[in-house]
Amino acid sequence: MRFFLRRLGFYVITFWAAVTINFFIPRIMPGDPVRALIAKNQGRISTDAEAALRTLFGLEKETTLWQQYLDYWGLILRGDLGTSFAYFPTPVADVIAGAIPWTIGLVGIATIISFTIGTVIGSGIGWRRGTWADSLLPISTFFSAVPYFWLALIAITIFSVTLGWFPASGSYDRSLVPTFSWEFIGSVIYYGTLPALTIVISSISGWILGMRNMMVTVSSEDYVTVAQAKGVSERTVLFGYAARNAILPQVSSFALSLGFIVGGTLIMEIVFSYQGIGYYLFTAVAAKDYPLMQGIFLVITVAVLFANIVADFVYGVLDPRTRQEG
Amino acid sequence: MTLTDPLDGAGATSLASPGHLQRLTPSADPVLEIRNLSVDYGYDDDPVHVLRQVSLTLGRGEVLGLAGESGCGKSTLAYAATRLLPPPGLITGGEVLFTDRSGVKTDLLRLNETQLRASRWQDMAIVFQGAMNSLNPVYRIGRQIADGIRAHEPKTTQKEALERAAEMLDLVGIAPDRLRSYPHELSGGMRQRVMIAMALALDPQVLIMDEPTTALDVVMQRQIVEQIAELRDRLGFSVIFITHDVSLLIEIADRIAIMYAGEIVEDAAALDVYHRPRHPYSSALLHSFPPLRGPRRELIGIPGSPPDLSKLGGGCPFRDRCEFAFDACSKVNPELVYPNVPGDDPRRSVACLRHDPAAVRAVGEEPLPVPAELSQT
Amino acid sequence: MTIDINIVEEGEELAKPSQAPMTGAVSAAPGRRRGKRPKLLFLRNSKAVAGLVILAFFFLIAIIGPWIAPYDPSARSEDVLQPPSWEHWFGTTHLGQDVFSQILVGTRGVIVVGFVAGILATAIGVVIGVTAGYVGGLGDESLSVLANVFLVIPQLPLIIIIAGQLPSVGGVTVAVVIAITGWAWGARVLRAQTLSLRRRDFVEAARSNGESTWRIITAEILPNLTAIIASGFVGTVAFAVLSLITLSFIGIGDTGEWNWGTVLYQAQSQLALQRGAWWWFVPAGLCIALLGMSLTLINFGIDEFVNPRLRSTAQNARSLRKRGIRPRIGFTPVVREAKEDRA
Repeated sequence: MRFFLRRLGFYVITFWAAVTINFFIPRIMPGDPVRALIAKNQGRISTDAEAALRTLFGLEKETTLWQQYLDYWGLILRGDLGTSFAYFPTPVADVIAGAIPWTIGLVGIATIISFTIGTVIGSGIGWRRGTWADSLLPISTFFSAVPYFWLALIAITIFSVTLGWFPASGSYDRSLVPTFSWEFIGSVIYYGTLPALTIVISSISGWILGMRNMMVTVSSEDYVTVAQAKGVSERTVLFGYAARNAILPQVSSFALSLGFIVGGTLIMEIVFSYQGIGYYLFTAVAAKDYPLMQGIFLVITVAVLFANIVADFVYGVLDPRTRQEG
Repeated sequence: MTLTDPLDGAGATSLASPGHLQRLTPSADPVLEIRNLSVDYGYDDDPVHVLRQVSLTLGRGEVLGLAGESGCGKSTLAYAATRLLPPPGLITGGEVLFTDRSGVKTDLLRLNETQLRASRWQDMAIVFQGAMNSLNPVYRIGRQIADGIRAHEPKTTQKEALERAAEMLDLVGIAPDRLRSYPHELSGGMRQRVMIAMALALDPQVLIMDEPTTALDVVMQRQIVEQIAELRDRLGFSVIFITHDVSLLIEIADRIAIMYAGEIVEDAAALDVYHRPRHPYSSALLHSFPPLRGPRRELIGIPGSPPDLSKLGGGCPFRDRCEFAFDACSKVNPELVYPNVPGDDPRRSVACLRHDPAAVRAVGEEPLPVPAELSQT
Repeated sequence: MTIDINIVEEGEELAKPSQAPMTGAVSAAPGRRRGKRPKLLFLRNSKAVAGLVILAFFFLIAIIGPWIAPYDPSARSEDVLQPPSWEHWFGTTHLGQDVFSQILVGTRGVIVVGFVAGILATAIGVVIGVTAGYVGGLGDESLSVLANVFLVIPQLPLIIIIAGQLPSVGGVTVAVVIAITGWAWGARVLRAQTLSLRRRDFVEAARSNGESTWRIITAEILPNLTAIIASGFVGTVAFAVLSLITLSFIGIGDTGEWNWGTVLYQAQSQLALQRGAWWWFVPAGLCIALLGMSLTLINFGIDEFVNPRLRSTAQNARSLRKRGIRPRIGFTPVVREAKEDRA
């Protein structure tokens, strides 16, 4: 229990830190770009929305910083992230709400697939050290050094432009109306396959290498030798003893590197013009839509925190030592 | 000193079983014979020869102690004989003959993977040094005992296996409800008992114990040693007990083999080694530990340090640290021979040129007599 | 990216009080090699050498690139969207700019930002990590939480919102922003290692001798962290390079300043993909991959240098197979090749 409470406390702190960073960034930055944007949209923007933006971006010079901070938290907790300029006058929260299912669907599923396959391959390579399996290492080293988005460019060139197997952009056939029909779902899967494959291929090598190294370390632990001495089957030794323990640090590194992976995969959405959070972040940067940018950062952080809580929970289930009382 | 010397009275030793001395008939009914076992360490061009042509016989029901300084190869011998030596260990020659209850001999080094897997734990079980890491931290101990049982008896259900595991725990004095404990919930001594229970689960004929008590405090050490002696009497398995603590071996072992630099230098009945060491190294080793009982004797460390195994030339590996070394010692590596002391137990052997005048003459040197320290009777 | 994951693992690996090898013989093998000079040993590692050679090549290009570039990277010409030829090794852009020159000139930006960010982030990481590990207690708790917060917060979006709100973003600014967000990996690993070093005998001895904290840290602890600091630095450089290129690719930063990311940005925004102009984005990506690989290889070298267990036996796999050796845990190979010299 203590383990989970500690972790929970940590996530509360991280959430607070992310919100606070978000609060201070526009206040520290030179210039007030948002003031200009408000001025440009004068008359079209409602008083409430304008007040929210002023609070979010620190344009109310007359109130104290502390009061601004409290007001800011009030807005965040109410889910008011301001008004988007690029998609004026849609509130930022609505823009994000429309985009996030796509990202979770694509990045989430692809990341889990990549982690699972990579961990399995990594345990195989780590277990069969000194055999042909080691020759997979240089290949995964190469893929780990390539930026995700560049791989996406190559994938589009080969599979969309040259071979024409998959569409180069978008998330579903625009002639279809989004409903829960087989046709629409099929189209989503068809459009999502190439981006998902690219994410899997570009991020899998990290899991392979990490798991391989952990397997090498764990394989020399005494309990693995004991398992072999007991004469249990190779399967049991590999999965029940070696991989079962090697996966523990793998899960914690999953939690820790999630922020990094999410960052990288968001860029994939840009290349594939996939209408998720990353794509909106890109348009926000291009259109200098600061409220949207900051809102997206906050939402991504919260999503990563949730994924971390899940990973922690999984870790707790996997490792009995964390369940120790006291 | 009120402690009595074990030899003074037959009933004076509480630990030694009544048949302590009678059991000393290893060659008649061997259960495990290691012959000329050689082990290298390193797959590259200049491997370290950690074991060089080691031969050792374990009699049925016997407790054989294997002693020597760290790095002498005693653990390596145990791991190589079970083929559990981790990379880059490499067995380069020899035989490990196991005789089962019906008298059939098999060479463990010639078994294929499936056969070896089937033989393991059933024929020979091993208790590792440091019980801290020997148990899988993520499984309950019941499951860990049970999976060994079920691997060899596929028809056993998990429930039956767990029942048997509970009996085994009971045997080593642990409450059966501990089956549901994880290793981190147990103390070091308990973990070592769990390991022993686990090793005995399939009623093996040979139990190899690699420094099973090193990580424990003295009280716990004694309890474990007594327990092993008691279980051996009850179940009749043979034990290879590996430790650097010779005085502990005197307590439990029927016979002791002393190893130095990857070779066995002396092999004799436990009390013979204790009272009448024939090899200068055995003698020195005995003087570097306080005796558990018997008269106090002067503690003397062994000067120098063990040789670098990668730089061994010909000659006796102990010569640089030996007070009885002479010219021949740098020319020929002594082999195990019957000690040159009249009236010695004919089953004992020693590898020292002081006892082997023939080998000394063979290299054209003049043999020297056995010094008084090495010929006590 | 894997480098960071590896560093953390290595740290956790090192953080354990060095596990006693199972048998006496196991410890004999590494000890045998201790006599040789460690620096030379590092350079004997083929991975590390390969990595260093590639890195040196890019360093050279970073220095001389602008002078040897055949064209002005921004100069337009009549040769629009030409595939690679003798005149234009990497082809041309939609404005007739020479891609090869853009890559050559752009190398400097990448290397400078990568190394400036690497140095800054490593410095922050060392200060925070070593302090946390050495001070312990509440100070350690709060610094660890700080590092973990920065680890969990997605770095790239954070860099994007910071860099996106700066009025002008030069290379050094980007490097600073990357350093501020990317120091936490190194700090975490260093903290773990410092913690375990602090309990070692030689540090305890120095402390009981009354040596000053400053001296203990600089003379006893830091030298033992060299490998970890180095691998953290290399990892951060790789992270910084990737971040810079990603930022440039999505159009943040000074587009007038050439680097490999801006080449890719132009290629993407001018629909190089749809026009089939593969030469526009392939070379830049390969350069990134090559640079990243060289850094990964250096890190592998450091990892294997520190943790001999990771040393891959792949290079002599063939000779092992020839001898019939299959290195496995739990099944020691038997090869009957011992000379019968002691019958």
